[in-house]
Amino acid sequence: MIEWANTIIQGILTGGLYAMFATGLAIIFGVMRLVNITHGDLIVLAAFIAMVVIETTGFNPFLSLIIVLPIMFIIGYFLQRGILNYTLGDDLLPPLLVTFGLSIVIQNVLLEVFSADSQRLKAGAIETSSIQLTDGLSIGIFPLITLLTAVTMIILLQQLFNRTRLGRAFRATSDDPTTAQLMGINHKHIFGLAMGLALGLVAIAGVLMAVRSNFDPSIGPAKLLYAFEAVIIGGLGSLWGTLIGGIILGVAQNIGAKIDPGWQILAGHIAFLIILVFRPNGLFPRTRDD
Amino acid sequence: MTDYIQNNSVTSFKVVRSTPASRIGSIIGLILLIILVSFPNWGDRATIRLFVEIFYILALAQMWNLLAGFGGLVSVGQQAFIGLGGYTLFILTINFGIGAIWAIPLSGLICALISLPIAFLVFRLRGHYFAIGTWVVAEVFLLGFAQIQSLGGGSGKSLPIAIVKSISDSRAGREAAIYWTALFVVVATIAIVYFLLRSRHGLALTAIRDSEEASNSLGVDNFKAKLLVYIFAAFGTATIGALIFLTKLRISPSAAFDINWTTTVIFIVVIGGIGTIEGPILGTIIYFLLREPLSDFGTWYLILLGATAVIVMLKAPQGIWGIITNRFDLRLFPVQRRLKLKTDK
Repeated sequence: MIEWANTIIQGILTGGLYAMFATGLAIIFGVMRLVNITHGDLIVLAAFIAMVVIETTGFNPFLSLIIVLPIMFIIGYFLQRGILNYTLGDDLLPPLLVTFGLSIVIQNVLLEVFSADSQRLKAGAIETSSIQLTDGLSIGIFPLITLLTAVTMIILLQQLFNRTRLGRAFRATSDDPTTAQLMGINHKHIFGLAMGLALGLVAIAGVLMAVRSNFDPSIGPAKLLYAFEAVIIGGLGSLWGTLIGGIILGVAQNIGAKIDPGWQILAGHIAFLIILVFRPNGLFPRTRDD
Repeated sequence: MTDYIQNNSVTSFKVVRSTPASRIGSIIGLILLIILVSFPNWGDRATIRLFVEIFYILALAQMWNLLAGFGGLVSVGQQAFIGLGGYTLFILTINFGIGAIWAIPLSGLICALISLPIAFLVFRLRGHYFAIGTWVVAEVFLLGFAQIQSLGGGSGKSLPIAIVKSISDSRAGREAAIYWTALFVVVATIAIVYFLLRSRHGLALTAIRDSEEASNSLGVDNFKAKLLVYIFAAFGTATIGALIFLTKLRISPSAAFDINWTTTVIFIVVIGGIGTIEGPILGTIIYFLLREPLSDFGTWYLILLGATAVIVMLKAPQGIWGIITNRFDLRLFPVQRRLKLKTDK
């Protein structure tokens, strides 16, 4: 019994990381109606940038974010304004195929620069320390920090979207870019800022991932799929739904892994497909994608 | 148009599809086909093998183009059907003793049946999400097949020598048989796509691609049309997958359900020209021409292809073939109807 409780608790904590992957994707879709296939590779890119920053400055991974986060924000802003803004429109093909092409480019550039070696960021004692709840039941400090970060980010994002001028501009542009323009909003700039914001979240997610597990240039697509599944399970347009989606995915994976290590990722995908059958709009849908 | 008709006193009109280029093209195509059919009799073995690969990649590209370019169903998970086709062929030949060549189309049919429940799942996701949903399904097959011990699990399975020998006793005979099968598959694929697009269903597909609402209001059943395309593409892709793994003689989940199949095909179709039959042909030629000299630079070749696809999508979404048709009005596989007016003057 205690073993299963442990499995579920670890799953919830893993879910925090998946929710971090997913919030960026959810914002990109929410504001730009764009599904970014590069998302996973950008998470990996952020991890590698953090690795370089740590190697050159000697910062610990958390501190490295003061450099990595602005870099990712700038990459996001210019990615949107320089490339992705030109793909937006009624046709689905350009954004999908452009982000797919970029995904392959980023993966292979990372492979060329950093080789296929597995990497990991070292955060010191915090990586392994844990709180002992009862006998056989403990919570890792680092996974807990990850989950709390995800919760904090979602609270901050909701404040941003609901209470600030920028948030209002995001929502207005998302509802109707043309009318937003008439009200004096430069929608291209707003889209750039939204992508910058999303990649800021990606920076945090990338560093958290890189401390927690090994990473190499090829793992981006797997992270994209987790993020995507968390968003769909939660329901489009709901950030708290995304968190729940990430947690369901994390729990499903941990239960799968407990039954058989080969079933870990498979169990997550199957949980996603089951929810798709019974609740095609996700558990907490707010907006429809059509 | 009405002004034009009035001012020029049009006496009659007719709807044409063939163009001079398409008539010359079909003659050249026929000559090329004769050369290709006779090739195993005089070509060398390495080139025969290269041609087999070109044929199946081109056939895959045509199938993906039908799905995405004409059906508007952008799937990033067609490797699901390549792998399923391959595994079905292995099961049919090893466990049921069906002849290797006949098992190829049979695998396609079986996978078309399997595609029905898959369609039920992925069709719940619209537009962009459909793309990633198909990818998840492909991953499920990859991970799932790795768990099936009777199929070799993660390390895969080889085709027994007896089955390989049953195609032909000699190595040259086998290679020729596979070559002709591959040639047949690619020619049949292009022919079927061509005639499908010229049919009523093709017109419906083009209408859906241009505007879902408008085609729906004119009585096209969008869902049914898309479902048919999806199932047909699954049949075609699985048939090609069966052929691929018959040539490779060995199958493993990571090779069978590899996303790189789809990546390659997407780049070929986008660079060549999406939504045309000529585009994938041109794209395949470019892909193999560049691959031979650049194969030593594996990563850089992929970076180059990816960057080219991005630039093409941004600057010339109709691809290289689109640029050619716009400039020279050249159509080798005319699927669109064009109005020719006859006037008194």
